[in-house]
Amino acid sequence: MVLSCTDVRKTFGDHVILDGLSLDVAEHEVVALIGASGSGKSTLLRCVNLLEQIDDGEIRLDGTEITDPRADPDRIRQRIGLVFQSYNLFPHMTVLDNITLAPIQVHRRTKAEATEQAMTWLTRVGLAEKAGAYPDRLSGGQQQRVAIVRALVNNPRLLLLDEVTSALDPELVGEVLTMIKDLKGEGMTMVLATHEMGFAKQVADRVAFLDGGKVLEAGPPEQVLGDPVEARTRQFLARIIEAGRL
Amino acid sequence: MTYAPSTRQQERIAYRRRQTIRSVLLAALSTAVVGTLLTVAITGAPGWDRVKSSFFDLDAAREYLPDILTGLWLNLRLLVVCATLALALGLVVAVLRTLRGPVFFPVRALATGYTYSFRGLPLIIVIYLYAFGIPGLRLQGTPDVLVLGAAAIIITYGAYLAEVFRAGIESVHPSQIAAARSLGLSYRQAMRHVVLPQAVRRVAPPLLNDTVALQKDVGLISLAGPIDAIRAAQIGVAQDANFTPYIVAGVLFVLLALPLIGVTDWVTLRAARRQNAGS
Repeated sequence: MVLSCTDVRKTFGDHVILDGLSLDVAEHEVVALIGASGSGKSTLLRCVNLLEQIDDGEIRLDGTEITDPRADPDRIRQRIGLVFQSYNLFPHMTVLDNITLAPIQVHRRTKAEATEQAMTWLTRVGLAEKAGAYPDRLSGGQQQRVAIVRALVNNPRLLLLDEVTSALDPELVGEVLTMIKDLKGEGMTMVLATHEMGFAKQVADRVAFLDGGKVLEAGPPEQVLGDPVEARTRQFLARIIEAGRL
Repeated sequence: MTYAPSTRQQERIAYRRRQTIRSVLLAALSTAVVGTLLTVAITGAPGWDRVKSSFFDLDAAREYLPDILTGLWLNLRLLVVCATLALALGLVVAVLRTLRGPVFFPVRALATGYTYSFRGLPLIIVIYLYAFGIPGLRLQGTPDVLVLGAAAIIITYGAYLAEVFRAGIESVHPSQIAAARSLGLSYRQAMRHVVLPQAVRRVAPPLLNDTVALQKDVGLISLAGPIDAIRAAQIGVAQDANFTPYIVAGVLFVLLALPLIGVTDWVTLRAARRQNAGS
């Protein structure tokens, strides 16, 4: 297992967000997390990236416990990429500098090496001519693709995608989804929180429905989205269909 | 096909032009009226002749200008040294105040105590304490009064600038730190490459504004003995019982401040433009 969460608990004050959640992700597997707002999808991703400290349970990456307080969070994060809903590019840096920051500062590559690698990626996603531009000159879809490249140049074992298309205009969603599909084709292990059920269906090997701080139901997308076992899952999907998002 | 404005648009342009001309004429007229009234009120005042001879005496101005300029040279050097070191001190203290974790409690407490006490303490008292208190200890190698006075200014202004820097650091959204940390950057690296560059850019206008204020306050060092421009003017006033040297020093200070104020305005404008472009 690349990622293995066991009985993870996370609270904010009296508010229990994750209540004994368990989830395993195998190598090359793509898992989509679905569930209502506040069901803990983003919190789980932030816990896996150690941006939040869990209150109980354990999380393992390639078998090693990363929630061990003796572990060095900086070293662990170098192996886990995280892409945010609001891109979070660094506004004072060009696209190229955004991408090469971690390779140069964290992985100690030379500037030339890092630039070459970044340009290869940018060319692949069709953004090579934007290398010298600042993020505020890019469309949302372009910014999000840069943010994904920024996570990928660290060669992560696991890529976490947190509602990466939720802030985008509908006509820009496609370019980001295509990029994620390509990554799946290359065997990238991914966990993505999403509201796009259609996309979850296309790209995910497994869909996990989060409810009450647990994975209530998980399985192949056709089963979870098409013929759910749990009543809560059916309710959730009914609301989504009503809103025209499936 | 080339574009030609429609008649409707041409009418609009003509109307806007007429409005602009009217506003300019109105502004010119009101300026002239106010200027005339002020001139009449001041020069027509019963005591104007005496004020003119005691505040605007060309001979006195010429006589004391060299001394005042010598003093101003001291002000200028002090400004450069004090501004540089106070900015550095402020930045360090601001970063220390953001450190989290119990290990850093003493550092944080010290930094907080410093910004609280030195923002409250009048600069004049700090200068007296440093320039007269420290030599009073009769320690070996006590530096010159000028150095002690400058240290007093640096330490007082450092406290103000630290708070400006801290406001800048806190204005950088936590998601930026999260993004940096998620890439594997350490807290220090995230601070240096992501938070501080954005923070400093944002607070550049208030920082420069404080530097303009500092330019006037470095003169307070004359309380400890060194002769700056204002002190030189004061000596002139005392000798001739004529206030003209003050006016000379005042004009020189304004001239000295103009470039710095210009830079501040330019930086502020640029920052505002960048922010608007981003939205």
